[in-house]
Amino acid sequence: MATYTLISSNILSSSAASVTFSAIPATYTDLVLRCSSRDTQASVTDYYLNLNFNGDTATNYSITSIYNFGSAAASDRWTSQTNGYIYQDNSATATANTFANIEIYIPSYTVSQNKPYSSFGAPESNVANLSTRSVSAVAGLWRNTAAITSIVIAPPTSSFVSGSSFYLYGISNA
Amino acid sequence: MPHKVIVDCLTGETTEVELTAAEIADQEAAQKAAEAERKAQELIAAAKATAKAALLDKLGITAEEATLLLS
Repeated sequence: MATYTLISSNILSSSAASVTFSAIPATYTDLVLRCSSRDTQASVTDYYLNLNFNGDTATNYSITSIYNFGSAAASDRWTSQTNGYIYQDNSATATANTFANIEIYIPSYTVSQNKPYSSFGAPESNVANLSTRSVSAVAGLWRNTAAITSIVIAPPTSSFVSGSSFYLYGISNA
Repeated sequence: MPHKVIVDCLTGETTEVELTAAEIADQEAAQKAAEAERKAQELIAAAKATAKAALLDKLGITAEEATLLLS
């Protein structure tokens, strides 16, 4: 039976440009990062977050996502990026005091192969007729065979607000 | 001063580190680029709306009637 262990967590007591989980132990099979976040960007630009592994900012990340745009379904693909992307975050234009929720699954994070990840996210916004993404699924890839020892998550142009929370779990196979 | 949060999973210790001048400059550059992108998207959306209104006018139908035709 698989077990689900909280490795570390942080609830921001003030705004922060990024949150880093460092010295991630290699004792689990998979990782799960759960976020409840909101950022300070005044436009809707920061509806996504940057995801970075082991401080690698070379063009080693690819992302495919499917999402809604208003009532329409859409998709996009980004290759050779300097960060992974995950969707989505509540920016300052979202309903006051609401936060987005995102779950990121990173399988086999210590195995010597390129590292895929998946994420699913939705904003907790009460804005009627939300014209931007309100649900997104992502398949990402970090082309690096090193074990993941650190994860940085950050809004691309602003900061997380106080109260944003981040939980890193380790999954162990029996 | 903006800062970043680092959680050490080994010790459980959380530290707050001030952003360097280079990191602040990067963030400001990203903000400017994002603002430019947002304005460009607004212009595209406005142009589409104008073209759509002109087409509906040419066809002599309302947006609701166009939606009905396409359903």
